[in-house]
Amino acid sequence: MSSVPVISLKNVVKVYPLPAGDVTALRGISLDIMEGEFVAIMGPSGSGKSTLLNQIGSLDVPTSGDLFIAGRNIREMNDDELTDMRRDTIGYIFQKFNLIPLLTLYENVEYPLILKYGKRDTTGRPIELLRMVGLEGSMIEHKPTEISGGQQQRVAIARALANDPKILLCDEPTGNLDSKTSEQIMDLLTDLNRQGRTIIMVTHNPETAEYAHRTIVIRDGRIAL
Amino acid sequence: MTGNVIFDLSVRNVRRHFLRSFLAAIGIVIGVIAITSLGIMGANLTLSITATLSENSDIIKVSPGGGPDGGGPGFGGGGGSDEEEYLDESQLKDIKQAASPNTVIPVYSESDTITVGDLEGRATVYGLDPDDIATLLTVANGTFLKSTSTALVGPTLAERYELKIGSRITIGDEDSDEGTSTVRVAGILEERGMTYDISTDNAIVVSDRWFTGFYGGEGEYSEVIVKLDDINDVDAVEEAIDDQLNRKEDEVTISDASRMMDSITSSISTIISMMMGIGAISLLVASVSIFNVMMMSVTERIKEIGILRSIGTRRSVVRRMFLYEAFILGMLGAVVGGILSMIIGYLVVLVMIGTTDYFFTFDSLIYIPYGIAVGIVVCVLSGVYPAWSAANLDPIEALATE
Repeated sequence: MSSVPVISLKNVVKVYPLPAGDVTALRGISLDIMEGEFVAIMGPSGSGKSTLLNQIGSLDVPTSGDLFIAGRNIREMNDDELTDMRRDTIGYIFQKFNLIPLLTLYENVEYPLILKYGKRDTTGRPIELLRMVGLEGSMIEHKPTEISGGQQQRVAIARALANDPKILLCDEPTGNLDSKTSEQIMDLLTDLNRQGRTIIMVTHNPETAEYAHRTIVIRDGRIAL
Repeated sequence: MTGNVIFDLSVRNVRRHFLRSFLAAIGIVIGVIAITSLGIMGANLTLSITATLSENSDIIKVSPGGGPDGGGPGFGGGGGSDEEEYLDESQLKDIKQAASPNTVIPVYSESDTITVGDLEGRATVYGLDPDDIATLLTVANGTFLKSTSTALVGPTLAERYELKIGSRITIGDEDSDEGTSTVRVAGILEERGMTYDISTDNAIVVSDRWFTGFYGGEGEYSEVIVKLDDINDVDAVEEAIDDQLNRKEDEVTISDASRMMDSITSSISTIISMMMGIGAISLLVASVSIFNVMMMSVTERIKEIGILRSIGTRRSVVRRMFLYEAFILGMLGAVVGGILSMIIGYLVVLVMIGTTDYFFTFDSLIYIPYGIAVGIVVCVLSGVYPAWSAANLDPIEALATE
């Protein structure tokens, strides 16, 4: 773990303007996450933890305050820059896996590489990543719907790693998996963290949160713990 | 750049909903067939008429009276108001001088009653110098005029009255001043079809001497034909004649086949564009169905778009993905439509025009790539809004969609 914050939030406020009145989802969050950390974000539903994850994931920008990711303030970025940030610096792992149904497992992992380099992969990286998460052989030519949830999540992790991102964002990564499979996925994430990757994980499951070095509890749009 | 995989995704999506895509493409097929076959038909019609008329494009016609409206009654003729207008010897001399060295053919003509056996009817009688007849006309059967009492007849007339070489035709009405006279058929003329100078298919051609002997009015020509040696001289000769005769007042009207051709081709093209416009409505309907299919595709794939966006797909790429999809539908529909319209166009031309001589020409077949291009453009245009709306989805909301 280094002392350089790879993610830094300074008084981040997020307001959603709605017809019935503004909804303030984040009420001034300040937070530093160091490179190589494994952070769990917990909190009841509606607390703002998903909003926080969306900000860190560059899917959305704060209404006020500053949010630095790998040294860049995302509040000053346009849509294409945010998109490139998601492609290159952040790896997403979703509760529902979110693989692209039209692509094979191999193509799902290859896809971020194509986005980045503008051509089909010739380095063999997708196969390597799939092997690392435990999938190989003719299996990788299947479509996502043809495999189990645990396997889909493995493919999703391989896809998240395709462009070697500094940060892995996991939104309830084990929420749709049984306990045995959950354990395997968490072991995989722990391994990745040991190799130096920063992991931020939203979960409501205290057992899952135990894998993290640090747990941040969000309540009512503020850091409670 | 990322084209291949994005294009691939679009292809796969079209295949995923094969029936739906297929039905949408059928609309384009029909639209393209409609405009392309109509375009081909128009081109063939124009080409066949132009070809017929351009055989006469070396002809200038000089008719009495000023202006294309004939100058109205009582104008220019100089004689009594009930007298027909004509061109006189001095005008003919002027024309000959102006048109020199081209061949100038003065024509007498009259419409009269003719009797063959028991059959009675009317026909145009042309009086021409026997030398000019050889210049202007071709005999299909028999010979040119052998004496003043012989005549040549057009093929339509010959058929109608069952005329053969040697048949006798009585020209004129017994009750009229001129009385009647009988001529013998020396030859039957070759069919000339649509012509600009004189229409001989349904007429009798006699010598000028017989004509003036029977009708009188020597030196009173109903029209003068100038047959050019070189087609490119049309404008120069017309101008010369105009200078010579119409300086003080409009004595004559000068016209040529190209003007008639222009007016015919322009009316054909007006009709065809109107019909193509109607055909284009079917393309419009097709574009609505493409639009619908594209919107459905976007709505169904909101979640997928959310995933693509969240893992780093730029808006422009998402937009392109949907435009490709519209392009694929348009391409399939338009190419199939193009191929079918070649077959259907051929049949339409065969049935409606009767000749496919001009079908395999550039002017006719150009409508196929043209129709295909229009089909594709229409498709891509109807994909613009769906693609734009897909690209502008909020990734978070899109991801939250089930």
